[in-house]
Amino acid sequence: MRNRIDAKFEELKNAGKKALITYIVAGDGGMELTEQAVLGMLENGADIVEIGVPFSDPIAEGEVIQEASLRALRDHHTTLQGVFGLVERLRQKTDSPLLLMLYANTIFRSGTDAFFAKCRTLGIDGVIVPDLPFEEHDEFRAAAEANGIYNISLVTPASHGRIAKIAAAAEGFLYCVSSVGVTGMRDKFTTDLDSFFHDVSAAAKVPYCVGFGIRDGEAAGKMAAYCDGVIVGSAVVNQVAVHGQDAVPHIEALCRDLRAGIDG
Amino acid sequence: MDKIGRFGDLGGQYVPETVMNAVTELQEAYDRYKNDPQFLAELHELYRNYAFRPSLLYYAEKMTRDLGGPKIYIKREDLNHTGSHKINNALGQVLLAKHMGKKRIIAETGAGQHGVATATICAYFDMECEVYMGREDMERQALNVYRMELLGAKVTGVDSGTATLKDAINEAMRDWATNIETTFYCIGSVMGPHPYPTMVRDFQKIIGEEAKAQILEAEGRLPDCVVACVGGGSNAMGIFYDFIGDKSVRLVGAEAAGRGIETGEHAATVSKGSLGIFHGMKSLFLQNDEGQIAPVFSISAGLDYPGIGPEHAHLHETGRADYVAVTDEEAVQAFEYLSKTEGIIPAIESAHAVAAARRIAPTMGKDQIMIINLSGRGDKDVQQIARYRGVDINA
Repeated sequence: MRNRIDAKFEELKNAGKKALITYIVAGDGGMELTEQAVLGMLENGADIVEIGVPFSDPIAEGEVIQEASLRALRDHHTTLQGVFGLVERLRQKTDSPLLLMLYANTIFRSGTDAFFAKCRTLGIDGVIVPDLPFEEHDEFRAAAEANGIYNISLVTPASHGRIAKIAAAAEGFLYCVSSVGVTGMRDKFTTDLDSFFHDVSAAAKVPYCVGFGIRDGEAAGKMAAYCDGVIVGSAVVNQVAVHGQDAVPHIEALCRDLRAGIDG
Repeated sequence: MDKIGRFGDLGGQYVPETVMNAVTELQEAYDRYKNDPQFLAELHELYRNYAFRPSLLYYAEKMTRDLGGPKIYIKREDLNHTGSHKINNALGQVLLAKHMGKKRIIAETGAGQHGVATATICAYFDMECEVYMGREDMERQALNVYRMELLGAKVTGVDSGTATLKDAINEAMRDWATNIETTFYCIGSVMGPHPYPTMVRDFQKIIGEEAKAQILEAEGRLPDCVVACVGGGSNAMGIFYDFIGDKSVRLVGAEAAGRGIETGEHAATVSKGSLGIFHGMKSLFLQNDEGQIAPVFSISAGLDYPGIGPEHAHLHETGRADYVAVTDEEAVQAFEYLSKTEGIIPAIESAHAVAAARRIAPTMGKDQIMIINLSGRGDKDVQQIARYRGVDINA
């Protein structure tokens, strides 16, 4: 079967649109809330959703996602099995691309082959592993490929000369990190985006999308000009931190704002 | 090592893309300088005239007699400047950072010994230094916090997670990712992404090289057993490394059993851990079935870490080194024992090695030789040991 990520980007391209990819931490506020939030995001402008599997030590995350991960683990006892259950329920209601964003140890510890076989069964389309750089992609490559699951590559403004080789080998889409540092909403961006995306566009063979620090539709609109899509995580997760069980309508409103910003 | 940065299948470079360029840059710089005669001359000059190497290999006659087994020698890393073996690695890395043109050094610290060593050498070289330390460790090692501040370092408390060493490493890695173009991360142990486990071991291997020459000088032969404590494992790798090829030498690492490995409140990674990927490396970790890193417990802030360096995990896998677990109570008893028997107050970390030695020595013959690596001095721990014994020394 063709990967849903490829199909989605083709559909967007034909429609002359750019992608909105959103992220949420599974189990933050409880799995029922996550399920409603994912469906709500997809109904309000998101094209692809990344489901974060909470990890005890999320070294690539800023405070917003760190705290959400802690809430999911401590308050809601979230497990990988629970996340698989969530995906199973979601797949009965949506055919949009779904990705898992998780740390290498979660995959490794659950048995790499078994993990990717499960992803295939459930209809997960890709994984994003923030602590698995290009040089270590072999760790999961065979199992991911055997099951048709994309391992999404990241490039950052600190990648410099590495951009070309990473972009050339990327599958699904290339995740372009807007600024150095950890995840989190930013008021301004200091990266020279023209130069960064010049390097990316020269090498990328798949769509490339930008994430890290995008807080609203206005910022999303500016960023969308550089690439094929915008990724928003902490701003979504922050709605759960602020509104708790009432977060879903706020997340939906955020997605509409982001969509409008991107569509301009 | 089978391929670059691997010990068997262990090690590797499991870090976010943002820091990969810096890791590669470090790897290239280290490969260039590690055989550079001028760099090595500078480093060894600092070892001699700043850290006061070589450290003594001291014959512990009373302990030998008391335990009734092998001749016991103690490698006195506690006599180094700043009071532990940590200075060896800090000198190497900060000197390398200086050659690389980096201006800002960050470090994590558990007991504070690596933080103090790094702050010290940054003061010497006029470099900016920020040390991340778990809030809980700042409380139990308040003296070292103040010491780092005296040396001009900024100490940043870490409240996330368990507020101990692993969380300090998480926060240091986040800082590194944020300030990647200017900052050098001086990791304190034989852990993290390649080249750190190899590089830190190389900066520490002088311990074993000296010990071998010293024991050959004193006894005319190799020791039968070498004992060292293991958290991440830098002092143990330092003293083990030069003996790995000498198959007759038994290598023993003493890890922290906290309240007992059966209680779940321990940091005994080899005894109770499993393979995982964390903090840049594939190695052994204490974790649950889902790969969540476990909270750990030890009286020793320096051993209170849920992982172990990949080269140790490999030495364990291949059976070249043995790892034993030592409880808080045994370590405190060894702390008191060495103080009273030899007049040497060991760091509570090093007391774990002394405790393991006390257990092993009676099983060995009088004609045999044991070396204990005394990785640090215990001044920093006196207050905490008093508290453990229910003595209020502030009254």
